[in-house]
Amino acid sequence: MIELQGITKRFGAQTVFENIDLSLERGEIIVVVGPSGTGKSTLLRCINFLERPDAGHLTVGDLSIDVTQATQRDILALRRRTAFVFQNYALFANKTALENISEGMIVVDRLPKEQAHARAREILERIGLADKADAYPASLSGGQQQRVGIGRAMAANAEVILFDEPTSALDPEWVDEVLGLMKQLAAERQTMIVVSHEMQFARDVADRVVFMDEGRIVEQAPPGELFTQPRDERTRRFLRKILPQAAM
Amino acid sequence: MHALDLDYMLGLVPILLGYLPLTLEMAVAGMLFALVLACLLAVVRVRRLRGLNALAMLFISFFRGTPLLVQLFLFYYGLPQLLTFLVAINGITATIMGLTLHFSAYMAESIRAAIVGVDRSQTEAALSIGMTQGQLMRRIVLPQATRIATPTLMNYFIDMIKATSLAFTLGVTELMGATQKEAASSFLYFEAFLVVAVIYWLVVEALSWLQRRLETRLNRAYQR
Repeated sequence: MIELQGITKRFGAQTVFENIDLSLERGEIIVVVGPSGTGKSTLLRCINFLERPDAGHLTVGDLSIDVTQATQRDILALRRRTAFVFQNYALFANKTALENISEGMIVVDRLPKEQAHARAREILERIGLADKADAYPASLSGGQQQRVGIGRAMAANAEVILFDEPTSALDPEWVDEVLGLMKQLAAERQTMIVVSHEMQFARDVADRVVFMDEGRIVEQAPPGELFTQPRDERTRRFLRKILPQAAM
Repeated sequence: MHALDLDYMLGLVPILLGYLPLTLEMAVAGMLFALVLACLLAVVRVRRLRGLNALAMLFISFFRGTPLLVQLFLFYYGLPQLLTFLVAINGITATIMGLTLHFSAYMAESIRAAIVGVDRSQTEAALSIGMTQGQLMRRIVLPQATRIATPTLMNYFIDMIKATSLAFTLGVTELMGATQKEAASSFLYFEAFLVVAVIYWLVVEALSWLQRRLETRLNRAYQR
């Protein structure tokens, strides 16, 4: 289970968000939506300390830390329990698709190389890129790169995979294959927090949709409820803008 | 004016080539030491290690800011007067030392630029899978920085090969020193220095060829 309590992040004098509480059960899938610049990505990055939160308490699986006291050791432990999928894929440019997936298993989990490569091949199979094992990121399409990015996250065996707008840098032609793979993971009940503008995906896959605005979680509810009967005026305004009338 | 004495020039080639190994040895040793030192300096600068950073900046400033010849004289003729145990230092060692210190200052800056030039997303991705700073440096950042820095570093190596010729001012009979001696006894200065110029030139050309092959190899992963 994942729990954020009172998570606060400031950049200098500017507060991005304050006292964010959020929790999810193992196997739960939540999609975070909201206008850009409201701190969704920053919140996600705070969960694995790509951004250091300024206050609050984080629980991921059996690890529970006060963020102000977090040592380097805590941070590494936290990152082993979380995996991250980046908007711009961020594949290791000097590593093949296979090595991108096996790297963490070899360096962080200290698996023997053959074993890590064997597991990486299984993952490549699952993400439909078995034939691209030896391809470098530069030679892959955006969609393929992001699938490898997801494969790398799968390899971490993490409690939760954090997706930071995984399709928004993609050409439209590649969006479906990435969402398809995410749906596949969702069907396997992989715990996920997804920051995304893909409302259809949220509707199809999320157990709960969280609406964030101006550094606050305004409301959260199952998609059927949040999309059809939003309680807060800000949610309504956002949904009107982003959803075609017919879908509401 | 006299006609070029081609026979003399041809005869000089094998004699001078006998001194090429020493020239190359000094350059290769200087390059290896300089690379190690430059990497250390670059990491100190990138990580802004407290205390060391200021020292690294001072080092780089001095060794970039003064001529190599002055540094060589300082080490070989000057320093032993101050630190008497250095009297035993020979010209070859002093040259390698001078080349190392001088070129590491330049190379540190290009290595630093290459490290900083590796996309930030690479670091974040490495951190996100739980790598330590050391692991991400070794496995992700430095390999990519190597590719960025290689053309410049090869340039410094080429420059260093030519700079070994200054060793003759410390009494070392390397390629340049040997030429100087040959020329002084035959009085055929033009011929002698023309031959040595062509030898340096061909060595550098061979290296440029190697450099192109190396770059092609390093770029392989980044081709679309």
